[in-house]
Amino acid sequence: MGKIVIDPVTRIEGHLKVECVVENGEVKEARTVGNLFRGFEIILRGRDPRDAQVITQRICGVCPQSHAIAATLSLDSAFGIADKIPDNGRIIRNLIQGAHVAQDHVLHFYHLAALDYVNVADVAKYEGNDSQLNSVKDFIARGELGPFLPRYEGDYRLPPEVNQQAVAHYVKALEIRRIGHEAVSIFSGKVPHSVGVVPGGVTSTPTPDNIMAYIWKIKILQDFINNVYIPDVMAVAGAYADYAEIGVGCKNLLSYGMYDLDGSSPDYSTRKRLFKQGTVSADLKPGGLDANKIAEYVRHSWYEDSTTGLHPSQGDTKPQYGKKDAYSWTKSPRYDGKVYEVGPLARVAVTYANGDPAMKEMVDGALSALKAPASVLFSVLGRHLTRALSAKFIADSLEGWALQLKPGEPAYVEYEMPDEAMGMGLTEAARGALGHWIEIKDKKIANYQCVVPTTWNVGPMDDKGQNGPIEQALVGTKVKDEKNPFEIVRIIRSFDPCMACSIHVVTPKGRDLGQFRVV
Amino acid sequence: MVKELPVVYLQTAGCSGCAVSLLNVASPTIKNVLIDQIAPGVHVNLRFHPVIMAAAGEMAIEVMEDTAEQKKGEYILVVDGAVPMATDAVYGAIGERDGKPVTMIQRVTELAQDALAVIALGTCAAFGGIPAAKPNPTNAQPISKVLESAGIEKPLINIPGCPPHPDWFVGTLASVILSGLPTADDLDDLLRPKAFYGKLIHENCPRRAYFDEGKFAKKFGDEGCLYELGCKGPITYADCPLRRWNSGTNWVIGAGAPCNGCTQPEFPDQTAPFYEKLVDVDLPVIGAYWASKEEK
Repeated sequence: MGKIVIDPVTRIEGHLKVECVVENGEVKEARTVGNLFRGFEIILRGRDPRDAQVITQRICGVCPQSHAIAATLSLDSAFGIADKIPDNGRIIRNLIQGAHVAQDHVLHFYHLAALDYVNVADVAKYEGNDSQLNSVKDFIARGELGPFLPRYEGDYRLPPEVNQQAVAHYVKALEIRRIGHEAVSIFSGKVPHSVGVVPGGVTSTPTPDNIMAYIWKIKILQDFINNVYIPDVMAVAGAYADYAEIGVGCKNLLSYGMYDLDGSSPDYSTRKRLFKQGTVSADLKPGGLDANKIAEYVRHSWYEDSTTGLHPSQGDTKPQYGKKDAYSWTKSPRYDGKVYEVGPLARVAVTYANGDPAMKEMVDGALSALKAPASVLFSVLGRHLTRALSAKFIADSLEGWALQLKPGEPAYVEYEMPDEAMGMGLTEAARGALGHWIEIKDKKIANYQCVVPTTWNVGPMDDKGQNGPIEQALVGTKVKDEKNPFEIVRIIRSFDPCMACSIHVVTPKGRDLGQFRVV
Repeated sequence: MVKELPVVYLQTAGCSGCAVSLLNVASPTIKNVLIDQIAPGVHVNLRFHPVIMAAAGEMAIEVMEDTAEQKKGEYILVVDGAVPMATDAVYGAIGERDGKPVTMIQRVTELAQDALAVIALGTCAAFGGIPAAKPNPTNAQPISKVLESAGIEKPLINIPGCPPHPDWFVGTLASVILSGLPTADDLDDLLRPKAFYGKLIHENCPRRAYFDEGKFAKKFGDEGCLYELGCKGPITYADCPLRRWNSGTNWVIGAGAPCNGCTQPEFPDQTAPFYEKLVDVDLPVIGAYWASKEEK
């Protein structure tokens, strides 16, 4: 019996270690270990509630916009103005989060995932006139290939000309995602860590010139997604068809939904959203979502057992590093006691299961092009495919929304901050379901909890001994070459983990963290 | 013969926002920085960067450790993130040695020891930033503190910002390549390059005329200076109003939001609450509005 330890897992956000016990070439046990703890929720306590959207964006520099949205949704609800945000404010928030998530999916496929499938070295054989490719060829000829070498070897399957084209797309995608960020900044000031989204709406105002500037940046992004990104995912799917069976996870999926199409309901769980709220399992039948059924477990996390099984609004976390049988700083969120995977796969599948016609056409079209049944969605390739389709679904909506903006009308509403209130904000980050819960006392933050996508996916075993989604996806995987465990990193990266997000928690009520001594 | 400038980019207690911001550099592009000769005969050889490198696990750690050994005194160490220095738990680790996690403080110390120079990228690395905010649960400290406590004397450049503008980093790299390491005159007393942090936001703000006239925005979306909505531009050193962000597309005050002072050591505790007016600040008296206040 051997053990494969990958520490750090690179080309993800943050600090993750993975340990797999391998017997006869098959993963028998898997552990995902979160390796950094910062203590965000402690830092938030006692602060001005409005500052939550500034501070929580710093949980993650990859998806700050989604934290800003979740924080402001929770503040809007705490301040009693969830249904009073002007349409301009609601739409601009969608435009900010929309351009952001779409570019993030491009970044994930090309800059984080692709090097597991694409052989950069094939550019050395390139004979054409593409100046970008020739500059990469010169780079290879000079021989110092950091950061592209070293790498795992032995399983690059695309033909040389496809690899060459993919490298050209890698370079192009750097520019595309930059333009995506430019579009975000039109309404949000700057990216990462934007300033535009605030309780009450947004700080920026729509003008005809910024609407037009936004639309034309989005068209560039949309064109790339439709004509380059999706075809490249299909090409990878063709050459790595076995990955339609590899990395199947828990098959329970959960989405909070994203992009409010109507702001008139104060209850986010009943809002009309572009991506639907809900759950689905292997049968792809729509299931409901009741936020009261979410709880976080810590039996195998470095927190005191007394804090296990709490709903996030009551979240109370006490670090206990070195606890017996614990192995991660990440907690284990569960829905109704069961393991759920979140991410583009979940939001696409939930929207599909709820019968959204545009989503159905898109997913069915892709599956029929691959000549594959819907069950392949739950795999490594399924995650890449649904991420690309999620990008398309968003990018195709943005121009229409931008044209609904009304210059000259407000994008912000004033409010009175209550002395005491509770709030909840549910949305999706690029990587899946994101929830913020706030409790306000004396106009200050009394308690703040975030349950973020990667915590759902990368969390360790729970109190019942159920492995987290990534652990489940790893167990049973055949590893062809333990020195080059492609299968393991391809599975992990298909989830697009974001560790900075996943470990941010801690609210030791009434105790100073300095008192926790670990033997 | 192309000269290779080896760079090791370490992430500690941060959020990757600095790394993502760096991807946004417009001219040169990030591709120019990493692939091309950034200046004739010079190539930036980014050997270790956890977010973009192909290698993972031990293979990646070997690259990091080999660079320190083989390129002793030649490589630039870039650190984004603060360093958790609390000793009651392992709050941050990067890779393993002999089956044990190697703490971030160990990594920074070892790599800084043999570096040509150290760049603390972002406010966390430069001043502690968000992880070091009250009550600083992990005793997060800036790179300067880590070097000081280990007795390491290396040229250190702070490039704060949450995140920093990519030009501030690439511009600093350009200056190292074209003119050598910065002299004491090139940096301010917080070790920030004066070229980027030499002036207050307030000095170059396009809404400055409103401030001088005493015309203040009362709510978001209003015309006027954002001072009363919490703008920290009057105490924040950075060239955002001139350089603007995301390829010059916009910037914080351009989106109608107050500056939150993110390039300052005071960020976030002393620049928060972010939407409350600054208190106890001496501001220059300019214009009729402020002169009349002064008389009273």
